[in-house]
Amino acid sequence: MPRDPRIFLGGGFILLLLLLAILAQFIAPQDPLAQDLLLTTVPPLNEPGYLLGTDSLGRDILSRLIHASRIAMTVAFAASILAGMLGTIMGLAAGYLGGWWDAAVSRLIDIWMAFPPVLLSILLVAVLGSGLHSVIAAIVVIDWTRFARVVRAETQQQSRLEYVEAATALGMSRSAILYREILPNVAPAILVLLSLEMGIAVIVEAILSFVGLSVSSDTPTWGGMIAEGRQIVYQAWWVLVFPLVTLFLTVLAFNQLGDGLRQWLDPMLKR
Amino acid sequence: MLLRSLLARIGSAAITLLGVTVIVFVLVRVVPGDPIAMMIAPGASEVDVLALRARYGLDLPIWQQFGVWFRQVAHGDFGTSISLKQNVMTVVLERLPATLELACLSLLIAVAFGTSIALVSTAWRGTWLERLIDNGNGLLLAVPDFIWGLTFVLVLGVILPILPVSGRSDPSQSTELATQFYLVEGLLRGRFIFVFDVFRHMIMPALTMGIPLAAVIGRVLKNTLLDVMVQDYIVLARIKGLSNFRILLQEALRNAAVPALALTGVQFTFLIGGTVITEKIFSYPGVGNLAIDAVINRDLPLIQGLVIVFGIIFILVNLGVDALSTWLNPRLRHA
Repeated sequence: MPRDPRIFLGGGFILLLLLLAILAQFIAPQDPLAQDLLLTTVPPLNEPGYLLGTDSLGRDILSRLIHASRIAMTVAFAASILAGMLGTIMGLAAGYLGGWWDAAVSRLIDIWMAFPPVLLSILLVAVLGSGLHSVIAAIVVIDWTRFARVVRAETQQQSRLEYVEAATALGMSRSAILYREILPNVAPAILVLLSLEMGIAVIVEAILSFVGLSVSSDTPTWGGMIAEGRQIVYQAWWVLVFPLVTLFLTVLAFNQLGDGLRQWLDPMLKR
Repeated sequence: MLLRSLLARIGSAAITLLGVTVIVFVLVRVVPGDPIAMMIAPGASEVDVLALRARYGLDLPIWQQFGVWFRQVAHGDFGTSISLKQNVMTVVLERLPATLELACLSLLIAVAFGTSIALVSTAWRGTWLERLIDNGNGLLLAVPDFIWGLTFVLVLGVILPILPVSGRSDPSQSTELATQFYLVEGLLRGRFIFVFDVFRHMIMPALTMGIPLAAVIGRVLKNTLLDVMVQDYIVLARIKGLSNFRILLQEALRNAAVPALALTGVQFTFLIGGTVITEKIFSYPGVGNLAIDAVINRDLPLIQGLVIVFGIIFILVNLGVDALSTWLNPRLRHA
């Protein structure tokens, strides 16, 4: 059992968010889209039923935050898992097969890593058209290399160990060795990367919706709320503060969870 | 020898640039979304649409469009921006100085701050100060520039309103200058009040981009410094009675700088890529903000021009870093 508090705190916060996202319509006190032009930019703790105040259209900020966690969690999990799958397949193949396949994948990773990711993601979403699927696709296309690089190195290391030699001697096929012997040993590294990637995906989605390239503006997103808050920051600071703090805590939670998992799963780091 | 390796590098960089250009050119054209539809008034006749299409050369097959465009670019003509109806190079060159000044200031902050934290935590290693810096650095690394920027807006712009949150200079300041390099030209002309105003507008965006980079530089430089500090020549210097600080600054830093410098180069290109979102947060009139608008408006000529400009900057930065590392590390000179 892990005893690292970072795993419990980070993981706990993520679980809470997941729960909020799934049960959003039961938990949110108000309709996140309902405008009330008599109650615009109400400060927090000022109006019963509007705990965190309202935005410039009189929409409840708390309810919008809760509903927006759906987009954030969807992107975090879908994009990271897909990027992880693509990267793992490429990395396993490159690390185990070697030869020209390895050379090709490594070269591809080098070219990919040379691009500034923010620029690339904005360009990709512009090309794919805005929307949830494009955001997820853009993150997968950009970030599979993070997985591929690590999985390739780990696979290379594992392939040289004796248990692989033993499996080969026993007459196991190459694909069976790869999936039944090597993959389970590479899995801890993938798990750590997944957690870190989810934090990155949440940020990328927030940036894209901040710029106006994510889902349409009638679906609440943290990035969209931040963009609205930035516009009226002098009149109503709370419109910016709450989504920003939520985003910060979410990214920190994924990061801490990842770091904690790394420490727990890596026998080399254990004392 | 050096000249030949330099030429080889420029050659391979040019090929990369060409490849990127072709990819972007094809990408922005094969996707749905018609730039003509965005610029023409609703209810325009079919004939008008076709005429406009022909005017921007969008009626030709892609490979012909590329041929036409490439020939123009080779003559220094990057075409006309669809959304701004101005020459692409004019628009980009007008905005580029703002971004270059901002990126250089961020780099300066990052190097100064990153080097300081590495030196201090090496000098005081094993103490509470080192632990404090290491933990602080971890937090700096975990928080992305997007969150930094908006936090600065809140804290330094709204809660303690000491810095302006948008633009490049105060509207009351006359900007009658010959170039767009406000900081450099203002200094040369001795217009210090104007320079101070421009500088105040740059502090927050520059910190936004500089702090995460400082954290990376700090971590890498500290690790190399720790490796260097146990080398024989450091021990020798210590026996000779040199003070700890002189050893650190005169002997160790120079040798530890090379890996940190190589990393700084790569990270600097990322920083320039990061200007896109930072400029958006601070409504800073540079090429990054221009790039976002170009993408949202599907302004194809402008997107292509910007890709080339960003590409050229990345290549120049990498060549510069290579040259600097060679100069700092004599062993590389003969490699």
